[in-house]
Amino acid sequence: MEATKIFTISIYSENNVGLLNRISAIFLKRHINIRSLNTSPSEIENVFRFVIVVKMTEEKVKKVVKQLDKQIEVIKAYYHTDEETIYQESALYKVKSDSLFDERHIQNIIKDSHANIVTVSREFFVIEKTGFRHETEKLYKDLEPYGLLQFVRSGRISVTKTPMKISDILK
Amino acid sequence: MKTATKNVSGSQNIIKSISGAEAVIRCLLEENVDLIYGYPGGAIMPIYDELYKFQDKLQHVLTRHEQGATHAAQGYARTSGRVGVAMATSGPGATNLVTGIADAQIDSTPMVCITGQVASHLLGSDAFQETDIIGISTPVTKWNYQITKASEIPEIMAKAFYIARSGRPGPVLIDITKDAQFDTFDFSYKKCTLVRSYKAVPEIEMNQIQAAADIINQAKKPFIVFGQGVILGEAEAEFKAFVEKTGIPAAWTILGLSALPTDHPSNVGMVGMHGNYGPNMLTNECDVLLAMGMRFDDRVTGNLETYAKQAKVIHFEIDPAEVNKNVMADVAVMGNIKETLTKITPLVEEKSHTSWFQKFKDFDAIEYEKVIKNELNPIKEGLSMGEVIKEINNASGGDAVIVSDVGQHQMIACRYAKFNQSKSNVTSGGLGTMGFALPAALGAKMGAPEREVVAIIGDGGYQMTIQELGTIFQTQAAVKIVVLNNDFLGMVRQWQQLFFDKRYASTEMVNPDFVTIAKGYFIDAQRVTKREDLANAVQNMMASKKPYFLEVCVEKENNVFPMIPSGASVSDIRLE
Repeated sequence: MEATKIFTISIYSENNVGLLNRISAIFLKRHINIRSLNTSPSEIENVFRFVIVVKMTEEKVKKVVKQLDKQIEVIKAYYHTDEETIYQESALYKVKSDSLFDERHIQNIIKDSHANIVTVSREFFVIEKTGFRHETEKLYKDLEPYGLLQFVRSGRISVTKTPMKISDILK
Repeated sequence: MKTATKNVSGSQNIIKSISGAEAVIRCLLEENVDLIYGYPGGAIMPIYDELYKFQDKLQHVLTRHEQGATHAAQGYARTSGRVGVAMATSGPGATNLVTGIADAQIDSTPMVCITGQVASHLLGSDAFQETDIIGISTPVTKWNYQITKASEIPEIMAKAFYIARSGRPGPVLIDITKDAQFDTFDFSYKKCTLVRSYKAVPEIEMNQIQAAADIINQAKKPFIVFGQGVILGEAEAEFKAFVEKTGIPAAWTILGLSALPTDHPSNVGMVGMHGNYGPNMLTNECDVLLAMGMRFDDRVTGNLETYAKQAKVIHFEIDPAEVNKNVMADVAVMGNIKETLTKITPLVEEKSHTSWFQKFKDFDAIEYEKVIKNELNPIKEGLSMGEVIKEINNASGGDAVIVSDVGQHQMIACRYAKFNQSKSNVTSGGLGTMGFALPAALGAKMGAPEREVVAIIGDGGYQMTIQELGTIFQTQAAVKIVVLNNDFLGMVRQWQQLFFDKRYASTEMVNPDFVTIAKGYFIDAQRVTKREDLANAVQNMMASKKPYFLEVCVEKENNVFPMIPSGASVSDIRLE
């Protein structure tokens, strides 16, 4: 059996109601768990981009990508390995304001992790960190002892090292 | 003649202020639809009201269940080569379409389904007869769309027909809210010829064609398996020319059946679970396997680990997602098979492969002795399904459309029916939908009214859509209905016998008097229980100009052979 690994699937599509359902149905049909999913506009006006992270064999991801590509409103679907992409995730950490002022150490954590403080209020402050998974996880572990009120992490966003040439397809 | 001048790309004249419902009808007319199947209900009443006004131009057939409407539309599409259209209301009307849509999706049948939907302001409120048919139908449609504004109708309908019929065909569902049916707008229609995110047919690459031709020219034991792609691509003539020039033995998948006449000398029979002995055995002996417009369904391949491993595989295919899905292709010849065959035929050498053909004949002789002889000319008292098909062949001469349901009778019909021309075998292949045949036969007859249409159905599947006798009676479509009655769900019983130690769990059927039921619908009907009455009964049926029902009581516990047990290799095919 071929080993499973992480693949980033990029889908360029029209921006229509229901397309997410159609895309997720292809994963459902093959009993594949989606590890993360992000949708956003792309570099082309009115073209949307899905970034989906999955763990499976390359043989399987090839077939899934072809089935995604086959959907009428999908302009083009690709898959890439981590080595072929530049990728990041964003995380937000909500911490009690008391800790910021009482625990000197927390300021060092923020500085050392290159995180940003997004907002500060009397009750809480919010830290933002963008980076690789292990970086946002490290910050999570470092902040945890001071009491995290909320934590959330985005899906992976990624760009590829090689061009995708979507504009050519649309010509 | 002024009225005859019609813009081929659609009439772009603007019709001022018409309702969405009228627009739907005008779109259908622009797409040259003259026949639709459906069932009315609350959310689609505005469209039915317009159908009433347009009934001189557009015939609506009221089926007795929405599932029947989809199968009828499928049967129509399969014999006519046109897009079948089915219509239903929201909620249960829409959900009843789902089986037919799934069947059309897996068997690549062009179909447009139109459903009514609750008014847009009620969407998501659990309104009366509201169901999320877009969500439900997404995995089983080629495309679907919900229209909430009347002005969207022309563009979406044009797109629906284009998508349904182009490339690898399939079903499209358009859901139209009731307010969009009532609202008025200025109508104009333009046929769709391009959807920017959809490439209907891949571009042909000449190097693939050349590579395929080189392999074919070197092959010593080449073998063709052809599927429905040949029929959908209307490439029968090109295919025949290719087969005749290369002299390669050609076998069919169940949906490829009738693309090449069954008595063509290059036609070596059927592949797959209940296919012929030679084609299955020799799949694992050929040196080049040419898959033409087929998708290596598991019922064709058996165990993939032992399927044609010795062969170079050339896959002629229109859908990139099918290439390397089940069987790895050494060369994939992408494109519409009509075009790729036209391009490759001049590049291949004229050959005959006589000794290779002889191997198929040797296997045929074994299969004839062990299986076919007993099926077609049984000496046992009970009637066999095969001898019924033989009598139908005798009466039709191979010119009839055969519509089969799902199960033993289907396998027997597909194994033994004779076909002289294409688009003649209508059956539910990929989905295996019991209940398909009766409504599909109605559609098949309406799609090819000049042809004889014979439905072959088991007693189980017949009762799943038996209510469509009402539709057949009302339309007087001269469908010939043959029920092969063994008082069992025969195929499941066969598996129970072979693989579950004869534990016949819920497969025995206590059946009603089918002849009386048919007569209740004022359909001429006859029952045959004895061999000596069979030929006459079939001839009487075929001679009738009206719908006709024939019940043949066959041997209860006959099995269909040969058989590749599920998960076994094609070369482990059993003859008994």
